[in-house]
Amino acid sequence: MSNQNTYRTAFGWLILALIICFLLNISLGSVSIPLKDIFNSLIGKNVEQESWQFIIQNYRLPKALTAIIVGSGLGISGLLMQTLFRNPLAGPFVLGISSGASLGVALVILGSGVIGGVLASAFQSKWGIVLAASLGSFLVLLAVLIVSIKVRDTMAILIIGLMFASITAAIVSVLSYFGSAEQLQQYIFWGFGSLGNLSWDELFILLLMYGIGIFLGIISIKSLNTLLLGENYAKSLGVNIKKSRFIIIITTSLLAGSITAFTGPIAFIGLAIPHITRQIFNTSNHRILLPAVFLSGAIVMLLCDSVSQLPNSDYTLPINAITALVGAPVVIWLLVRKRKMVF
Amino acid sequence: MKSETKNIILKTENLSIGYTSKKDNIVVASNINVALEKGKLIGLIGANGIGKSTLLRTLTKVQSPLKGAIYINDTELKDFSSVDLAKALSLVLTEPVAAKNLSVLELVALGRQPYTNWIGNLSKADIEITERAISQVNINHLKHKKCFELSDGQLQNVMIARALAQDTDLIILDEPTTHLDMYHKAYILKLLQELAKDTGKTILFSSHEIDLAIQLCDALIVMTENEVVTDEPCNLITKGTFEKLFPKDLIAFDEATGSFRVKK
Repeated sequence: MSNQNTYRTAFGWLILALIICFLLNISLGSVSIPLKDIFNSLIGKNVEQESWQFIIQNYRLPKALTAIIVGSGLGISGLLMQTLFRNPLAGPFVLGISSGASLGVALVILGSGVIGGVLASAFQSKWGIVLAASLGSFLVLLAVLIVSIKVRDTMAILIIGLMFASITAAIVSVLSYFGSAEQLQQYIFWGFGSLGNLSWDELFILLLMYGIGIFLGIISIKSLNTLLLGENYAKSLGVNIKKSRFIIIITTSLLAGSITAFTGPIAFIGLAIPHITRQIFNTSNHRILLPAVFLSGAIVMLLCDSVSQLPNSDYTLPINAITALVGAPVVIWLLVRKRKMVF
Repeated sequence: MKSETKNIILKTENLSIGYTSKKDNIVVASNINVALEKGKLIGLIGANGIGKSTLLRTLTKVQSPLKGAIYINDTELKDFSSVDLAKALSLVLTEPVAAKNLSVLELVALGRQPYTNWIGNLSKADIEITERAISQVNINHLKHKKCFELSDGQLQNVMIARALAQDTDLIILDEPTTHLDMYHKAYILKLLQELAKDTGKTILFSSHEIDLAIQLCDALIVMTENEVVTDEPCNLITKGTFEKLFPKDLIAFDEATGSFRVKK
């Protein structure tokens, strides 16, 4: 059991890295604020300039917290999907959850001409987009769930998820063909993803959904470990497969659905984080992996967000592009170096 | 055999197995009456497509019987909850393990799942039983290896250790010797024979290794076109049951050696 100690050391380093990345993330931005004032602001002391306090408390702090929620939430839902489908390429996006969200948003933004003036303007608000994205991902997930009750084969469900993604992508293309340039721009901006647009109220709602998702993830740890043997073995070990699968899918949809709704589709985090974590911990045990994915997901997302800030400039790069730039090479590197993605 | 009802772990009564389709039932085999005794190694043999897998699937509650009943330790199979069944019956399947990154120790310890708490915490007793299962199949040296580093034969040993760790009265193995060379086929079946004797567990396996099964098993369940016969191997030879196993055009059973020979 010498592994226990290595795990403990690794967890120690990750927690330290998370704290550093968190502070780094808060200290970077278009306005440069001294580190001392950042500390003071975080612990509630007075800061030299009123505006700095405002920036940190209402802009940078919620953004950093959002980054932690997004990174850990997407990472954990990716881990759950990979185990459930026993496929190293599975992720929340493969199930069609993000395509569902995109479809919802596309219908609201691009389809407003079809829906009609008054109703459309009511939907055009930020809340309308969040609502549409949640609804869209939930509906696609519901469809996948209904299919999963009829089709028992997990591979088939995976393919069906991909098909849903194609269908929604096709509808989005048709809608964007007829949409105006202005609407198109608005949709594309949502598609870039953004961590910085959340107010404290919105963050609270996201945190609530995230909390429920994490709780369900933790109570699934035992059945997830059993599922590593395959569904038939899991069944022979007394696991109620249908119930466990239902809980795991609900967990993913809560995490990935709510995150996508608030921050836009963020690519590759859900797929890449579990693989990066397995490189560090070299285990399949979810009691280790779940907290480890939480930490590394949060760290990577904070770093990506820090990079997208383009330190000391006014520009903010789309976060979706940064995560893809980081995530895709990682997946390729793993495939080339390891030859296969064992999990 | 029937006088010792106390020692019967698994029993079937007028069991019919098969599939239910929309129109009618497709009966694969019927009138199956077998009784498996404690501490015995029992082989299930029969030609391809005769219904060995269907029988095993029915005995392990993967599918329901068409008629008749199955009893494990005098409790009818359909009355078992899934966790209780997991404590009475463990399986070794033909399908490969999904997560090859599991270490041998982790995989064997997963056999303790029916006994652990909500988060799967291994108690001291659980770890002891896991270690014992590992040494029972002589794989101590593989303990910290990952599954993808193992050969097919080693992996089969690990899966048997996992079933042992589940600590059930009955272990059922579906074709445990496929993909193995002749030595490892004999090794696995010999191991099963010793485990049945030493641990007092009842071990049922399906196999195509008829000559090995004849040599090593305490009893055989032979599925033929018309009937399902259970008896000790030597009695089955005298009764000529093996002659009915296959079509007679190509191979014939040689009573003297207890094996099949190609007709000249």
